[in-house]
Amino acid sequence: MSADLAETAVPESSSGRSLWVDAWRTLRRNRAAVVSAIVIAVMAVLVAIGPFLSPYAYDFTDWSNLSTGPNLATGHVFGTDTLGRDLFVRTLIGGRISLMVGIVATFVSLVIGISYGATAGYFGGRIDHIMMRIVDILYAMPFMFFVILLMVLFGRNIVLIFVAIGAINWLDMARIVRGQTLTLKHREFVEAAEAQGVATFAIIRRHIVPNLLGVVAVYVTLTIPQVILVESFLSFLGLGVQEPMTSWGALVKDGSEEMESAAWMLIFPAVFLATTLFCFNFVGDGLRDALDPKDRS
Amino acid sequence: MSLLTVEKLNVRFATPDGEVHAVKDLGFDLAKGETLGIVGESGSGKSQSVLSLLGLLADNGRAAGTARFENRDLLALAESELREIRGSRISMIFQDPMTSLNPYLTIADQMTQVVREHETVTRQAARERCIEMLEAVRIPEAEARFNRYPHELSGGMRQRVMIASSLLLNPEILIADEPTTALDVTVQAQILDLMRDLNDRYGTAIILITHDLGVVAGLCERVLVMHEGELKERGEVRDIFYRPQHDYTRRLLDAVPRLDEERVEKLAAGAGSGVVPEAGEALLTVDDLKVQFGIPGDGLFAGTRQLRAVDGVSLSLAAGETLGVVGESGCGKSTLARAIVKLVPKSAGRVCLLGREMDALDRETLGEMRRSLQIIFQDPLASLNPRMTVGDIVSEPLWTHRPELDKGSVRQLVTEVLERVGIGGHQLNRYPHEFSGGQCQRIGIARALVLKPRIIICDEPVSALDVSIQAQIVDLLMDLQSDFGLALVFIAHDLAVVRHISHRVMVMYLGTIMEVASREDLYERPAHPYTRALISAVPIPDPDLERSRERELLSGDLPSPLDPPSGCRFRTRCRYAIDRCAAETPKLELLDSTLVACHRADDLRRG
Repeated sequence: MSADLAETAVPESSSGRSLWVDAWRTLRRNRAAVVSAIVIAVMAVLVAIGPFLSPYAYDFTDWSNLSTGPNLATGHVFGTDTLGRDLFVRTLIGGRISLMVGIVATFVSLVIGISYGATAGYFGGRIDHIMMRIVDILYAMPFMFFVILLMVLFGRNIVLIFVAIGAINWLDMARIVRGQTLTLKHREFVEAAEAQGVATFAIIRRHIVPNLLGVVAVYVTLTIPQVILVESFLSFLGLGVQEPMTSWGALVKDGSEEMESAAWMLIFPAVFLATTLFCFNFVGDGLRDALDPKDRS
Repeated sequence: MSLLTVEKLNVRFATPDGEVHAVKDLGFDLAKGETLGIVGESGSGKSQSVLSLLGLLADNGRAAGTARFENRDLLALAESELREIRGSRISMIFQDPMTSLNPYLTIADQMTQVVREHETVTRQAARERCIEMLEAVRIPEAEARFNRYPHELSGGMRQRVMIASSLLLNPEILIADEPTTALDVTVQAQILDLMRDLNDRYGTAIILITHDLGVVAGLCERVLVMHEGELKERGEVRDIFYRPQHDYTRRLLDAVPRLDEERVEKLAAGAGSGVVPEAGEALLTVDDLKVQFGIPGDGLFAGTRQLRAVDGVSLSLAAGETLGVVGESGCGKSTLARAIVKLVPKSAGRVCLLGREMDALDRETLGEMRRSLQIIFQDPLASLNPRMTVGDIVSEPLWTHRPELDKGSVRQLVTEVLERVGIGGHQLNRYPHEFSGGQCQRIGIARALVLKPRIIICDEPVSALDVSIQAQIVDLLMDLQSDFGLALVFIAHDLAVVRHISHRVMVMYLGTIMEVASREDLYERPAHPYTRALISAVPIPDPDLERSRERELLSGDLPSPLDPPSGCRFRTRCRYAIDRCAAETPKLELLDSTLVACHRADDLRRG
């Protein structure tokens, strides 16, 4: 008798809704985030194949066109720099480096940060204490000092940039993940798994990490522009990529020196850099709203 | 003449899945000084209907219809006019007193603010009126408590403060939305008693919204029964309980487990299976189990203080038997469950499973032993990983304990066990949030059952569920018990449910056992004063019985477990306490067939 009572009391929930489906739906309604995501995708394709479309190589010096402005006739659509190199190709090549630094360094910090933070948070107690004090000590190291030290020891090398930035960024990630883990580990489904006798690392892998992804996804989209910016800053100081290779930061630095005589050398890379940063931030904001169930109506 | 007349009230919510019609053509009226109960399960629209009257619906909600109060239509009023009525003419109290009080303001600030918002009085006059009101709701040492912050008061005390501040302006109507649902039965009895008294004294009309038919039976004069937004039945309380007209009302009444009824038949379905367990060998024995938590003391150099959550508990459990464990929140019953399955470390004592001591086992044997001891949790949704499909959730124990099984046989076992608990095999790939609370609890049971355990520990498995769903889950557990010869430890604060399912019942208070007895003995002849108070606090869904029976109300709140009273722990709230109770801790001793820890149990039984 009460079987049909339940049938009517509890309406079947509409099928196939999950956190991600819901988030996707909310995200799609956020126009800024959608446009930004498309811009990022276009940017990625452009820096990947764009350089092949130009007749010039990024390190080729066109002696007949030193410091010339945008000119369709010569094929230098963005103009050339003081050494006569094509700015269009250099901007795209620089974009490759910048986006790569952004994505690789974020990925590195993601992997180290999640495993470190989840481990510290899950075990808790003394292990947590020791692991987090190590993080505190690393936090206290001056970043610039650390980079200069690496440069002195190993010479200028793009890989070092990845290492340096990744080595600093995972600290934030580890803290965020640890905090989330601390709240997750007292949830009943984790206790249920413990009572089953599920092995510790299986619990972290199956129960803790998947439930962290919402927060992490947001943090990642906000970290990528931050990393790009840090690389630009290093390049701006002359600690970044090595000539003739370049990045957006390095191009902005070179351009800023010629700002008064040849504004295009600053404007083009700066517009590319700023657009990308804006877009990542918008996507990050959109993701944060979409993944927060409280914001959903 | 009626005070409030509601006609054709419709509440709709716009959601991404389309419009939800939460309240459909509701109509009722309320006379001056009357107590009206609105009863229904979750999702019946009982709360939304009254929230809409006060303009408190969520942003996506729209209300239509009329609600006449003092010659004005509440639904047509502007926000500023409504605000004037809210609090002063009609006030409201909510389920969770902690979230309705601002944690950053003292009780004094919050209460005087209410008065001064609506009337121009001096600070001193407002203050005096508030303290007077706090005394009226029986808050001991009201003056001292007046300047405290909400977190310094207990749950029952906070709900009293809420009632006091809602009555400050002497409203015509008090709307109480599940006012006692978050409270223990003993505190619930105090609050209901208080509301009855205030209704008599001030003539405030009360609209009580609740899912608990027992509460309605004791307090209300008239009752509305709602289901899925529709009014199913309305009438005098005695008509509703003794002569229900609508089918739904009848089913709702049938589904409620009653404290004054035996475990004879099943709650939901027809035929019962009264399995009497044979006195067999103990599957699980717990011997003098203690669990302590270190709480950092105040100040830099203060040592840690020991919170004795479980302080010397022994029990044994035979195959096919159900042991009920009851007590107020904070009595250590959940900690006991967690300590038995080793979720929290015990500080002393022994736990023997299938005749072997669990501490003495090496990791591998312990893992194997775990298969025979499973646990079910209180919050059905929280105990399922939201990122895993139901199939994976139920498969996980098999992955852990029977890695030799291939994918196909795991899937087959999982489908079988899910079908056994009433979840169709085609729902394997769904996520937990797509299921209702009752279905989630079934999935939790399936996960516990898939390894074919001998013992299942149920930690408040039905507390978060609606009455009709509760009945189904309890029936399912009883069915499974008779099919598989399971032994159950059934922890709950609802004494009626425990009576229904248990063979023996253990009563705990502040980490210690007060009484252990067979079900009949415990409910018919409770030996311990605490047991008597607990039983008398449970409301019975029978208006005549509920209003005529004599109550032993417990005064005060649970003492802090950090600093339990000397001697008998219950003595501070016990009306029979004598000097000996403070000096000497009573031992658990046999009185007739009941184990009881009370110096005066013998006297009391002889009258």
